[in-house]
Parts: sequence; structure tokens; C-alpha cells
Amino acid sequence: MEAEIVRRIAHLSRIALPESELAQVAGQLDSIFALVAQMQAVPTEGIEPMAHPLDLQQPLRADQLRSETPSREELLASAPRAEDGLFLVPKVIE
Amino acid sequence: MGIPLAHKDIFCTRGLRTTCGSKMLSNFVSPYDATVVRRLQEAGTVSLGKLNMDEFAMGSSNETSYFGPVRNPWNLGCVPGGSSGGSAAAVAARLIPAATGTDTGGSIRQPAAFCGITGLKPTYGRVSRYGMIAFASSLDQGGPMARSAADCALLMDAMAGHDPLDSTSHPQGGGRFSAALGRSLQGLRVGVPAEFFGAGLDPEVAQTVETAIQWFAAQGAEIHPVHLPHNAHAVSTYYVLAPAEASSNLSRFDGVRYTHRSAAAKDLQELYLQSRYEGFGAEVRRRILVGTYVLSAGYYDAYYRKAQQVRALIREDFRRAFAEVDVIMGPTTPTPAFALGAKSADPVSMYLADIYTIAVNLAGIPALSLPCGFSKEGLPIGLQIMGDYFADELLLGVAAAYQRDTDWHRRAPAWEEQ
Amino acid sequence: MSMAWEVVIGLEVHVQLNTRSKIFCACSTAFGAEPNAHTCPVCLAMPGSLPVLNAAAVDKAIAFGLAIGAEINHRSIFARKNYFYPDLPKGYQISQYEIPIVGRGYLDVLLPNGEEKRVGITRAHLEEDAGKSLHDAYPGESGIDLNRAGTPLLEIVSEPDMRSAAEAVAYLKKLHALVRYLDISDGNMQEGSFRCDANVSLRRPGAPFGTRAEVKNLNSFRFLEKAISYEMLRQQDILESGGKVVQETRLFDANSGETRSMRSKEEANDYRYFPDPDLLPLQLDAERIEQVRKSLPELPDARKARFMAQYGLPAYDAAVLTAQRELADYYEAVATGQDAKLAANWIMGDLLGALNKAGLEIETCPVPARELQILLARIADQTVSGKIAKEIFEILFHEGGSVDAIIDARGLRQITDNTAIAAMIDEIIAKNPQQAAEYRSGKEKLFGFFIGQVMKVSQGKANPDLVNALLREKLQAPATE
Repeated sequence: MEAEIVRRIAHLSRIALPESELAQVAGQLDSIFALVAQMQAVPTEGIEPMAHPLDLQQPLRADQLRSETPSREELLASAPRAEDGLFLVPKVIE
Repeated sequence: MGIPLAHKDIFCTRGLRTTCGSKMLSNFVSPYDATVVRRLQEAGTVSLGKLNMDEFAMGSSNETSYFGPVRNPWNLGCVPGGSSGGSAAAVAARLIPAATGTDTGGSIRQPAAFCGITGLKPTYGRVSRYGMIAFASSLDQGGPMARSAADCALLMDAMAGHDPLDSTSHPQGGGRFSAALGRSLQGLRVGVPAEFFGAGLDPEVAQTVETAIQWFAAQGAEIHPVHLPHNAHAVSTYYVLAPAEASSNLSRFDGVRYTHRSAAAKDLQELYLQSRYEGFGAEVRRRILVGTYVLSAGYYDAYYRKAQQVRALIREDFRRAFAEVDVIMGPTTPTPAFALGAKSADPVSMYLADIYTIAVNLAGIPALSLPCGFSKEGLPIGLQIMGDYFADELLLGVAAAYQRDTDWHRRAPAWEEQ
Repeated sequence: MSMAWEVVIGLEVHVQLNTRSKIFCACSTAFGAEPNAHTCPVCLAMPGSLPVLNAAAVDKAIAFGLAIGAEINHRSIFARKNYFYPDLPKGYQISQYEIPIVGRGYLDVLLPNGEEKRVGITRAHLEEDAGKSLHDAYPGESGIDLNRAGTPLLEIVSEPDMRSAAEAVAYLKKLHALVRYLDISDGNMQEGSFRCDANVSLRRPGAPFGTRAEVKNLNSFRFLEKAISYEMLRQQDILESGGKVVQETRLFDANSGETRSMRSKEEANDYRYFPDPDLLPLQLDAERIEQVRKSLPELPDARKARFMAQYGLPAYDAAVLTAQRELADYYEAVATGQDAKLAANWIMGDLLGALNKAGLEIETCPVPARELQILLARIADQTVSGKIAKEIFEILFHEGGSVDAIIDARGLRQITDNTAIAAMIDEIIAKNPQQAAEYRSGKEKLFGFFIGQVMKVSQGKANPDLVNALLREKLQAPATE
């Protein structure tokens, strides 16, 4: 797998892969895709893709508000940065 | 019940840290309980704490945990299996009578086999996934790990059942599992797939498992050869589908609301890039990259869609087999527990440790692992029993019958002497 | 704009559905709460949380599909659209991709020139809204409020069928009216309940479509019109100077009236759509669809036809009055038992004029329909004249109160007493002998002068018909010296 592709998918995945790790990761991905390639040999023409083990349909929830929920304090308790009930991040530039 | 147990650290527990074995969640205190946690608590069990695991359940040796590896109580130089390695080791070491686990590609059954305990991966949809941190949503299923099938059944009585908070929860998921244990094996049709006894299977494991199957024959079960021709492609199919779902499921761990946030991040892009690099271990990062790749533009059909088609064929294999037999038996793992570090340098060799367990998750059927003997080195060997959809009760009954007559499951490791 | 270019416009409209709870969790969708007060483990994307679909969101999508004559897909799939953004807590948006709930439909739109045009609707699909980033309160940082995250949206995608800014505005207005009619959205554009993106391109008539720019952030009809006009000029300049339009996302700046490139969005997006494994296929049986069909209100086109038939209104009046559900409801309340055409004139003239001047909408109209109806009744029973009625309307609109109380308190009751009017006329003729003589000698224009005098003396209260008849009679009678 080319380094450029690894760089691209690492960025799409938002993982800051250091240049020094690129070659090693590319090699590992190569061996994983060699394993994955075995599947390509299976004839699958006309086979309906299976998305899910259950042949069920999506249940629907009545449009009602919940009676109780964790407090906002509890929901924000693990936030790396929060103030005034907001999660804070470095400035979002549009 | 008053039974003490502990939860795999993949289940959210209100007010307690829930880390999923990751630096990413090393400071996450869940504001809510997983449905499984709540149901077991309501049934009167007492939770003693949380159990180590492979990071985000990605691993077969419990070596990917940010908090360090778990050791196998039968041999402290060996892995306990994974990803529910902490659960298996704690039950095997007699620290707790039972634990919860989760199984995406074998993560209950493989550590159960390596540690000499009993573990059930239920039919997909019988145990709620709400509050169980998702690895691969269409494959993940929580289940019990305990010393015996009877104890697993007791846990299932409480754990299983429809959950309106999980859209994939089966409306008829519940059951009286502990009431279905006293069954006769007379006339039970047991399928044995040749594909599970081929190259790569340790001869000791093969012989031990065959001996166990003979025991069932002696009790009046009929042994039939069955074929699962697509099992050979289960691992490669799984390593498309599971990473694809995982790459998306793990996007929420972004440094914003409750995860590790890199101190080095100067802007928003760095916050994402650095926090996710620092917060995830190497195996998790690898699987995210694989998943991102197979879903990306131009590759979806060749990988993701193709894998879904092969998945359908794997399910079809089981459907055909279960038209002729009630259960399928074979080894849970190709070898007994391996040494710590033996496979950690080569991801693919680690992946192949799950060669007999993965097809079950792809199909969504139930399967159970129970101890059926030991290797010459004194390591446990697991027998895997697979069933059709909703055959969970049958599997527990068949395993309980075996355990009434054998004592493999009663053997305990003398780990304190090691 | 040179005649050589034709503009091609398609709109993508995001409509917030007015359900009580969010699309995948039981949090409130109410606007304006404290930051993150309406959140829970699901809409904050806490580890382990899972979505469950809101039935009301589904039914509202079905209602929309039925109203635009679309095929409702009996099986539709939820997919994940993957990208990282702080207001998108899961790192993916749950949307519908390959199979949306609503298939192809159409909307018949009344254009400003009176013609009707059919605009195709490609699809409409359910998805979840994102949260909001607040930029001003914290130096160097943004605050993330996820109250809006998980609000149900119906994204309605039109065909590129519109050929002018006016057509696009007319389509958007019709769509806005429709969602209000259906009561599937509050349609509040200021609060972001009804948001529009426009795909705009130019081509030579008959040529294939040109490269389009997608303009975002068009939260009013006026902005849509301005943005399209700006884009037309911008693209024309590029094309006529030999350049190429870049396919990109642009942001409309309401202050400058211009659009500008959103460079941050230009990075090649690869959303990696795939079916959401946490949700199963949405299957809709004929019974559910039929139930929604039965609960549909009368829709704008049907109501327009009924207004023409039932109230004898011309097509134009009926179209204006049915353009908004609230206006049509108001009209029907006023017209009940009254002269239907007169009611239409009052509403389309006086009422809409006053609302427009005051910057109000029919929903916030200070005159209740019941009072306007009483006012028309007082004209009909001759309690007041049409002229006095206009004065009463002004008082109603600006000061409130009831018609009858205003008439009594201000003594506005019309004088219909023959004797009293005759006495007034006699007095006026007596005071103006010269004008009377001139009138009698043929200067008939002076009739108006006398009418004016009577109205002045009676403070406008004399019944105009009686004044007319009596004045004519008295002026034609020989002078009584």
C-alpha cells in the first residue's frame, strides 16, 4: 500500500500518523489486505448483500419526552473543557 | 440472587469509570447504566467492579489494553484470550463466579476456551447492546461467562430480553434459560464440520474435541458430517465488515465531549488528529484505517458490499446445515492459549486465532464454548457448540448435560502457586 | 443579464419536523433552552448509546410525500454520513442515502406572471440535525451546544427545474406553505426550522447543464432571491471572460448581499456512506400510509379550488388567500355569513397592507378574525358605512378592542334616520344658496360638494345611500325662498 494512500486514509480517519510510522503501518495494512483478498475469490453474483443478522424491521418509538435524564452536570462531567454548560473546543473556523 | 459478578469494562456503569481498555476513555465516567448492567442489578446480582479487556474489544489476547495485559491463571506466561480476557481470567481464577463479556468475532468463546470456563455468545438481538460500547454493531453481542452452563443460564435469565432502547433488540429476546437445562441427549443430531478439523488445528485440540463429541454419541446423540464451505472466508470477510463498522462507531471518540484530549492541540484539526492518535492504541488505529479504506469512495463495492454478499453465503451455509442437525460441534480455537507476546508483532496471525468463532457472529447465531479437556501442558481446551437462531436454550441444555457427567469445568488453576 | 445565458436552479431544503422529541431519542426539540439542557447520552453520542426512530417523524415524512404525489418507499434504509465536526457528536450524521422514505414527486407553483409551473421533487429523506457552534463568548474557543443535535429534518431535494430567481422564490414559498399546511414544521426561518441551499448554474439555452455552485445559508425568501441574482452575475462574468465556474460550496453573506467560497469545505469530502448497523430497514405497510393519508388536511391546491367554487372568488384571490394555511383559515373565519368577495377585498387590501406596513405576519395579526367578521356584518346591516368601517379597522389594528364597543364609545353608528338627514340637508342648502342655484342651473358637479358637506356635518356617519337619495330629491325640488 502506497504511503500516499495511508496518509490520505489516516487524515480521513483524523489520526495523526507520524511519518516515521508510515512504512510500518503500510506493511501491516498490506498483510491485512492480503488476508482480505481471499474473500474476493468467492463467486457472489446475484447474492443479496447481508447488512444485518436479523430479518426484522425498524421499531418505532412514540413521540414522547423522557421522564428523567442524567443532569447536565453529570453529562458534562467527563468533558476535557466545558463552561456555562457548553463543551469548549479551539475556535471553529467556517 | 445476591450473586457477585463483575462487568467487562465495555459496559457503561453510572458513576464508575468505563474505559473500554483505552486511554481514550481513561477518564470517562458514564452518566448512565448499560441495559445489561441494570437488568443484572435488578435481578439482585452485586457488581464487584470492572474487568480488563482488549482495547475497544479489538484483540484476541487481551494484550491491546491500555492498562496492560491480563494473564492466564492456568499459566501466567500465557494470554487469557480476548477480548473478554479479564472476564475469563477472573472467573477461571475463582475471583468471581460469573462475569459479563461481549463477543464480536469470538471474544467470549475464545477466552472462555483459553481459561477453561463456559461462555455463551447469544443469538444476535437477545441481549441488549444499549450501553455496551459498540465495536461492530451488526456483530456485537453481550453474553455470560461463568464456571458452568447452568450459571450462564441463570445470568441469561436476567440479561436477555427485549430492550426498547436498542433498535436491534429482538422483541422475543427473553427466555427462561435456566428452566431448559434438563434435557436428554437421546436423538440429538450433532453436526461435525470437516472444515473445523483441517490444517492449522493443533492435534491435541483435535483429539480432545473429538473425544468430547464421542461422549455425546455415547449418550445417544447422532453424529452427522456437515459442510460449511464458506467458513474459510469468514476471517477475511470479518476483517472488512468489523473494521468498517468500527471506523464509524469510533468516530465519536474525538476529543470534544468526554474523551482524552491532546494537550498539544493548537487548533481544531490538531485536536482531532492528535487526540485520536494519542488516545487509540496501534491495533485500534490499524482497524480504523482498514475500515476507513474499505468504505472510501471507489472501494465500497469491491470490499464492503462484496463482504456483505459473502456474509450472506456464510449464513446460508448454517441455514442448510441446521436443516439437518440440531447443533454443530467443533473446536473453539485452533490451539490452546499461546504465550504472551507470541502473536503481537503480526496482526494477521492474531486474527487467525478466531478462525472457528467468526462465522457465528457473521451469521448472528448462538454458540457456546465449554471446557472439554487439557493439553499436556495443562492448558484448557474448549468445545464449541453452535446452534440455529434462538437455539441458545438448547446449547445451554446440551452443555449442562455434558457438565453433569464431566468435571472439566470444576477444575481450578492453582495460579496462586505459580 | 445578457439574453444568451439561462440560469438553472435546484433547491435543497432542510425542514425541521415539529415533533415533540428528537428523531432518535426522547429529548425535547424546543428552541431556545439553556445550552445542552436538552441532551442525553444518545444525542451527546455517549459511548454505548443507540438510536431508536421516532414514529411521528416517519408519519410527517409520509404526509409530505403524499402531499407532493410521491411514491412512499415501503422499505427505506438509514445510512451514516461520516465526517468530523464539533457540532456532529457521533462523527457521522444518520441520514438516508440510497433508498429515501419519499421518492419522486412534484409541486405546482404559481409564478408572479400568473402562470403555473410544475417543479419536480427528486426525493425527500429523513435525517438528524447537527448542534450549534457559538463563536463569540470565549476568546480563541468555540462553545458547542447540542440541543439541536438530533432534531428531525426532512431534506427535500428539487429537480433543477427553476429558470429564474423568481421561480425559485415561488417554489420555496409554496413549499413553505405546504409544510405549514401539513403541520409538519413550524417553518420558522429565523430560528432555522426551514433552511434552503441553492444549486445555481448557467448555460446557453438548450445546452447541457453548466457547472454549479451550491449556495448555503439562505434563511429567507429575500436572501434566496439576492443570492441567485448575485450568483448569476458572478458566473456570467466568469464565463464571459473565458473562465470556468468552479464546483464548490459558497456561503451567502446577508450583509454584503454576496456569496463567498467556503474554502474550509473544499477539502475533498469522502463521506463513506454505509447502512447504519444500529438501525434496521424502515418498513412501511400500506395501512400506516393509508392512516396518514386519512389524517391529511385539505392541501393548498384543493383549498384554492374550493375557494373559487364555494366563495365565487377569482383564481388570483383564491391563490393569494390559500398561499398560507393561517391566512386561509383567517379568511374562512371572516367570510362565514358575510359577503365573500367583500371579505376577500378587506383581507387582501386593508389587512395584508396593514400587516405588511407593521412588519407582522398573519399569525401575529392584532385583529382577530371574529372582529373583522363583525365589522363586515356592521357594514352589511348598515350600522356603519364602509368609510367609517375603515376608521374602525385602523383602531382595531392599532389599539385593539371590539368593533361594537368602538362604535358605541365613539358614536360611530350610522345615521339612517330620514328626518335627521333631511334636516341636515335643508340646513346645508340654506347656508349655500349660491351653490344650490348653480347646481339647479346645470352644474351637476356640485353634487359632490353637497355630499361632502353632509358627511362633514354628520362626521361621516350619515348613511351614504340615504344622503344621496335625499340630497338629489331636495336639490331637484324648486328653491323655497
